[in-house]
Parts: sequence; structure tokens; C-alpha cells
Amino acid sequence: MAAPLVELRQMQKSFGGIHAVDHVSIDLNPGEVVGVLGHNGAGKSVLMKMLSGALPRDGGEIWINGAQATINNPRDARDYQIETIYQYLALADNLDAASNLFLGRELVTPMGFLDDATMEAETRRILARLNPNFRRFHTPVAGLSGGQRQSVAIARAVYFNAKILIMDEPTAALGVQETRMVAELIEQLKSEGIGIFLIDHDIHQVKLLCDRANVMKNGRLVGTVEVDKVTEDDMLGMIIAGKCPPSGIPGPGAIE
Amino acid sequence: MTDTSSAATAQPVKPRNFFAALEIDTRLLGMVGAFILICVIFSLLTDGRFMTPRNIFNLTIQTASVAIMATGMVFVIVTRHIDLSVGSLLATCSAVMAMIQTVVTPDWLGLGLNHPATAPIAIIAGIITGLAIGAFQGWLIGYLTIPAFIVTLGGYLVWRNVAWYLTTGQTIGPLDKNFQLFGGINGTLGQTWSWIFAAFAIVGALYVQFNARRTKVKHEFPVKPVWAEVVIGAIIAAAIIGFVAILNAYEIPTARLQRIYAARGEVMPDGLVAGYGIPISVLLLILVAIVMTIVAQRTRLGRYIFATGGNPEASQLAGINTRFLTVKVFAIMGALCALSAIVASSRQTFHSNDIGTLDELRVIAAAVIGGTALSGGLGTIYGAILGALIMQSLQSGMAMVGVDAPFQNIVVGTVLVVAVLIDIIYRRRTGD
Ligand SMILES: Nc1ncnc2c1ncn2[C@@H]1O[C@H](COP(=O)(O)OP(=O)(O)OP(=O)(O)O)[C@@H](O)[C@H]1O
Ligand SMILES: [Mg+2]
Repeated sequence: MAAPLVELRQMQKSFGGIHAVDHVSIDLNPGEVVGVLGHNGAGKSVLMKMLSGALPRDGGEIWINGAQATINNPRDARDYQIETIYQYLALADNLDAASNLFLGRELVTPMGFLDDATMEAETRRILARLNPNFRRFHTPVAGLSGGQRQSVAIARAVYFNAKILIMDEPTAALGVQETRMVAELIEQLKSEGIGIFLIDHDIHQVKLLCDRANVMKNGRLVGTVEVDKVTEDDMLGMIIAGKCPPSGIPGPGAIE
Repeated sequence: MTDTSSAATAQPVKPRNFFAALEIDTRLLGMVGAFILICVIFSLLTDGRFMTPRNIFNLTIQTASVAIMATGMVFVIVTRHIDLSVGSLLATCSAVMAMIQTVVTPDWLGLGLNHPATAPIAIIAGIITGLAIGAFQGWLIGYLTIPAFIVTLGGYLVWRNVAWYLTTGQTIGPLDKNFQLFGGINGTLGQTWSWIFAAFAIVGALYVQFNARRTKVKHEFPVKPVWAEVVIGAIIAAAIIGFVAILNAYEIPTARLQRIYAARGEVMPDGLVAGYGIPISVLLLILVAIVMTIVAQRTRLGRYIFATGGNPEASQLAGINTRFLTVKVFAIMGALCALSAIVASSRQTFHSNDIGTLDELRVIAAAVIGGTALSGGLGTIYGAILGALIMQSLQSGMAMVGVDAPFQNIVVGTVLVVAVLIDIIYRRRTGD
């Protein structure tokens, strides 16, 4: 079998005495949606932030397409076409949709000045595809609804041709309709061969969207399961008790 | 796919009223309104003396120094910092430039007094000094994460006394003749050049307006009705012409004209009248305003300054080096302090120990009255300049009316607080 799209090996991160992420190894294949589950403070976001370059890691290796990758900051991650939709919407509230979408990767004119008109046109095009209800292109995103803001964050990942997408509770701030929109989008991106790490507390949704799921507890990996082979109760047991079902591959955090 | 593309192009919206069609920033309108109100009130109280060309000329040169620094303070405050050291930094830059033109170039380099190279050397040295000190403070704030309030409070004491040390506490002057051209009345464009400047300014402004419209049309964005564009273009042209006409109407006294002609070894034609025109210090302010506005609106640097002010974390996640950005912002502030030092010291024709005293407060107040929010992420260059102009006109107006000095400061202080209150209420109403 070909090398996985992403392989995280023995990832480690401590804050003071707390082992937020403790020797966690997980992987992701192209066109696959892999869940990362766990109780609050289990270390899911920290693990993903090490992959997206937002946090420096204490130990471990990141392999992409079978080669070891150097990811020390968000720009490095972008070079590997890793895009992240953060749990706490990472938008500059005072800027409009286009400025946020292109933040850090602005289009410029031949003279080196910002090409706001082209950026706005591109933003209109991509948002028309993702969220046809989106109309407010000239107001700061602070004035947008949670779903509209999330559209901007998702548009950013889609526009820049992510190969690897990290979604940290992408629907936490959304209503029913917007949640469905995100779910449809995940299906679509998956069919395009993009690999997605999905952090979500909604087990039902995880069973619906994910191919495999990893469960973390107190910074350690409880195990990895194929969602079709386990019940929702099995998964709850992993999250709450740290018990890996027989069909899963137990990790160092599993109890007997 | 036809309907998705029509969703991408916005529908033309029917403007609600006259002002909405013009799409003029209401905050700008409010500040211009406040300024006009101040002018009207003081004109009435002074029997029109407030609105004479002479007073308006003085107002512009008194505003220049604070306004130049206020444009930099906008960037500082937008990135959620503060700079309390600008008055002291101005003093250090002024001291460096004064010592260079009175000691270094005439004696050490043996160029003598009023050599043509003196002013450029002094100015370059001053700007480098301001840039370096500003960058150093920015490094302490950005990389060593000492709060800006503390770093610049320290800087406030340090640079004021570095200036004292450089000059051993003495008044240094008179300054170089060419350097003094930045002092306002000692250096103006004259009538002809002022009109030429006006012509260039109008052509430039109309070109920018035309270009903006063309870009919008190219991308099929909604555009203002043509009559609205014409109205705005006419207002801009009228404002430029009016401004230059007023400054040109301030006549050079005959005795002074005679001296100018005598110095050139010519005889003054009988009955000659000549106006001062645009002061070079004001020209410098206009230049700074244009450059800073372009930086704020048209460059990555400006975009990152505002993004970082709006959400520092998001900016970092977007790959922006916010620490280095802090260094750049404070370096710009330092360089602008040096430009203000040129204007301030040449205006009084010498360097004094107390130069720039309390300027930090005036500069911060100008930026804040101009709509810069201390919470970060919001502010405009033109707002800060208008803020400086409003404060200066209040101050000089009260002085003309004969209000006691302590009472003047009470009023200015009150206006600062009320202006911010109005801004808060305005933002709450409009929701931005
Ligand atoms: N920047 C930080 N500094 C110190 N400790 C941190 C930091 N970020 C996370 N932690 C700690 O690391 C642990 C894991 O946090 P993490 O954000 O990964 O949790 P999570 O699994 O994403 O939880 P949630 O479901 O609530 O989002 C927590 O104990 C948290 O307090
Ligand atoms: Mg989290």
C-alpha cells in the first residue's frame, strides 16, 4: 500500500508539567476523513496545532506522502498545502471577507500594491459556490453570523487548494442548516481526494462523516477504530473509560 | 452555472439618499462638521479674525508637527500599543540635528555656516536617529514582550534627558538657513508654485477617483451614479483650490518683501504684492499623509497592521510575523518624530530643551479624536490629521478670544473625552 498522506509519529507536547499530547501516532490517507475525539482537554487541538505549525512540538515526527516534513510555523504547513479551520474562528474581525480570505497571501498588482478588487472578485466567486446566501462583502466580518464567518474560514481552505484539511469543531458555532452545509462540503472535498482530520464532539456526526476515528484521553491515544465496525456506545466507552473495543487498534492510552 | 455567476456579481442597489449615494464616510463628515462649527463659533467671537488668511496660515503651520506624528500614532494604536515617548523622541532628534548643523558640519567637517550640504546631512542623521530609537523600542515590545506602555514611559524619561545631555541643556541656534525653510513662515512655495501644486493635486485626485471607478467596472462591482462621482470630484477640486487661495491670500508684508529683494541684490518693483502660499512644513505633512494612507490601504504592511490589531492570534496563524511588525510600526513612529522635529525646531529657529513637551498627549489625543480606537484595529490617517487640526483650532481660537491658559487646557481635555464618547455612541448605533 502507498504511504499515507499524513503520518504523525510519537507526537509530544507538554505545558509545564502537563503532558497535553503524549506519544500520539495517527495517520490519514487521501480521500479519507479521520475523526479525532476525546473529552475536553484531551489534547486534540494541541495535536492538530502541531501539524498546522501553530505550536512547536517537543518531540515526534511528521511524515507527508512518505517523506519526513519540516513544519515549524504556519507558513511551513501552508507549503505542504495543509489548511486549518480553527475551533475559535481565526478571523480578523475588523477586516472584510476578502481581506480575511487572503490574509498572509494577498494578491498584489505588478507594482506590489494590494489588488483588493481582484481579491474581492475571487472571494465573491468562491463564496457563491460555498454559500450562495453570502452578500456582505464590504462589512467587517465582526458583523457576520457564525455560519457566514465559518464560510469565510472554509473558503480560505478551499481556495488555496488544501490537500490536507484540519477542521477543529467546524460546526460548534453553527445552526442546523449551516451544519448540513459543512457536512456536504466535507463529502465533496473527500471525493476530490483531500484528506481531512475532523475534530468533533458529536459522535453521531462522526459516525456519519468519518471513515476512521482516533480517541484521545489525557493526552494519550486510546485507540483507532473504523467507524463502521463499532457502535456509538463503543466510541463513548473509549472517550469516557478509555476502553478500546476488540475491533480497534489500541494505543498506549488504552486500559485493559 | 449561470445563476451562480449572477450571485457572484452584486445587484446594483438603489442608494437610500443623497449622502448614501456619495458613499462618503459619515465619520469624516462628522469631523469636518465639528471643524466647521469651531471655525464659525470663533469667527463670531473674534469678529471674523479667526477666519483671516493669516490665522488660517498660522493654524496650518501650528498643526503640522503634531499631525505628522499623529499619523504614526494611528499605526501604533491600531496594533494595540501606545507610544508615550514621542515628545521626548522629537527632542532627541531635534538635539541631534541641531548639534550636527551648529557643531559637526561647520567645525568638525569644516563646511562653515549655512553650507548647502548641512541641512541634508542633519535631516538624514535625524531620521536615522528616530528610526533607530523607534526600532529599538519596538524590539523591546515585540521580541522581549515588555508592554509598550512601560517601554515608552521609560523612553519618555530617557530620550528627553538624552536630548539634554547632547546639548548640555543649552538652547542651540540659530539653525541652518536652508533647514529653517521647514519652519513655516520662513519657507513657503509662493503664489505661482502653490497654484501649480494645486493643479497637480487636483489632477492626481481625479485620476485616483477615475481609476477606482474603472477597476470596479472591470470587475462588475456596483459603482456610484455618475452624478455622485462628479459631485465628489467637484468637492475635492473646490477644497484644494479654496485651501491654496486662502494661503495665497496671506500677503507678505512690504518691508519683508523689500528685504527679500535686497538680499538677492534686486530692486523690488513698486506696488508689488505677493502671498506666502503653501508652507513647506504643510507640504511635508501632505506628503506624509499621502504616503501613510497608501501604506495603510494599499500595502501588505498596512493590511497586516490592521489585521494584527483586529486579531493578533489569527494574524500569527495566517503566518504574519507580528513581532517584526511591531518593530516596523515603532520604527515608522520614530522616523515621523524626526520629521516633526525638523518642523518644530526650524519653526522656532533653534533647538530648546523643552521642545516637544506634552506632544505625546497631543498626538495621542489627535489620533483618538480622529476615531482611532484604543482597543485596536480601527483608525484612519485622515482622521488623525483632522483630530490634530480640531485640537489646534480650539487652542488657538481660545487664545484669540482671550481664554485663560488653564481654562484652555480644561476645555481641550474635556473635548477629548466627549469626542471619544460620541464615537462610542456612534459605533453602537451603526454597529461597526
Ligand atoms: N497554550 C497553552 N498553554 C498551556 N496549556 C495549554 C495550552 N493549550 C492547551 N493547553 C492544555 O493542553 C491540554 C489539551 O488542550 P487541548 O486544547 O488540546 O484540548 P482539546 O482536546 O482540544 O479540548 P476541547 O474539546 O475542549 O477543545 C489542556 O489541559 C490545556 O489546558
Ligand atoms: Mg480543542
